Amino acid sequence: MTAEEVALVVALCRARAGLKLAPDKTYLMESRLGPVARRESFDSVSDLLAAVRGRRDEALIWAVVEAVASGETAFFRDRTPFQAFREELIPQLARARGGHPIRVWSAACATGQEVYSLAMLAEEMAAEDPSLRIELAASDLSAKALERAQGGLYNQFEVQRGLPIRLLARYFENNDDQWRIAEAIRKRVRWRRINLVAGLTAIGRFDVVFCRHVLGHMTEEAQVKVLAELTQVIPEDGYLVLGQNEAVAGVGEAFRPVVGRPGLFRRNPDYRAAAA
Amino acid sequence: MRSCLVVDDSRVIRKVARRILEDLGYEISEAADGMEALAWCRAAMPDAILLDWNMPVMTGIEFLRRLRTEPGGEAPVVIFCTVENDLAHINEALDAGANEYIMKPFDGDIISLKFAEAGL
Repeated sequence: MTAEEVALVVALCRARAGLKLAPDKTYLMESRLGPVARRESFDSVSDLLAAVRGRRDEALIWAVVEAVASGETAFFRDRTPFQAFREELIPQLARARGGHPIRVWSAACATGQEVYSLAMLAEEMAAEDPSLRIELAASDLSAKALERAQGGLYNQFEVQRGLPIRLLARYFENNDDQWRIAEAIRKRVRWRRINLVAGLTAIGRFDVVFCRHVLGHMTEEAQVKVLAELTQVIPEDGYLVLGQNEAVAGVGEAFRPVVGRPGLFRRNPDYRAAAA
Repeated sequence: MRSCLVVDDSRVIRKVARRILEDLGYEISEAADGMEALAWCRAAMPDAILLDWNMPVMTGIEFLRRLRTEPGGEAPVVIFCTVENDLAHINEALDAGANEYIMKPFDGDIISLKFAEAGL
């Protein structure tokens, strides 16, 4: 990739998705954009980017941004947030909400492993307490990722990264080395394409927001904006879950870390006054 | 140091598994079939067992059923590691007292994640 091509990709990702992409990540850009070029019938990444520059075709621009933005994911990634979800967050919110549903949002769900991990836990908890109502929503910037997530189909490597074998046996069906998650689990999740930097005012209220390994890849300006809007989404007794050790500018303004629970945050009650 | 018995009739697989598990801090012993593994366990019960399914003399599932009836045989964490990658085999293994299950091919990441999953 030429310096101009790199600059074009960096600028597009920044403008459209608030991404902070280091210009030296050319290997990542090329490995992500190669498949897009082939899919869109270009001979090379250079031809793809020439078309992006020349045509300003929105679909093509988004195909580039989505491919570069896509991240790693795994079932029960980092484990501890899911343990906290089951043992602390949900029991506490269930008491606070009475019989009303607890709303949970996986805010950058990629290929779905995070939200399906939560959905399996919700299913297990509902078996113990049938009065428990948990509503799950999942969103991603990438339409391609969402399509895969909704299909709920994973290969043998994917189902062996973080997923306990008992949950695989209980909630999946296999066809050779492909594994599909059960209909009952898929039906628990509502899906939407959401660009986090495009505004969160219309998405409603969520008691728990998993937004992991996303903000850390954004510009400081985008981080501050998304966090400020998340204070309008999450109620005062709700939770924000970031990636463990994820460095996010300004998180200490709008939210406060939960002591002893890395990645877990609650609203800062003083924040609204400060912002007004 | 925690101990792990690697049971597989393929010397190559045993060698690969040994290297990965030694890096995870295990002291490794090896057995080439279920009968050999049972003899090992009667001499010194390991903390963990990585267990192939299809082996001559005694298969992994036969070994596991025998192990769980032996004195102290409830204790080891048993993780299957096999090319049998269908639900029927997985359920049979869990019913027989397996703690985790790895479908071959595997890599270091999968082994370390599965050992963590099994509480090791």
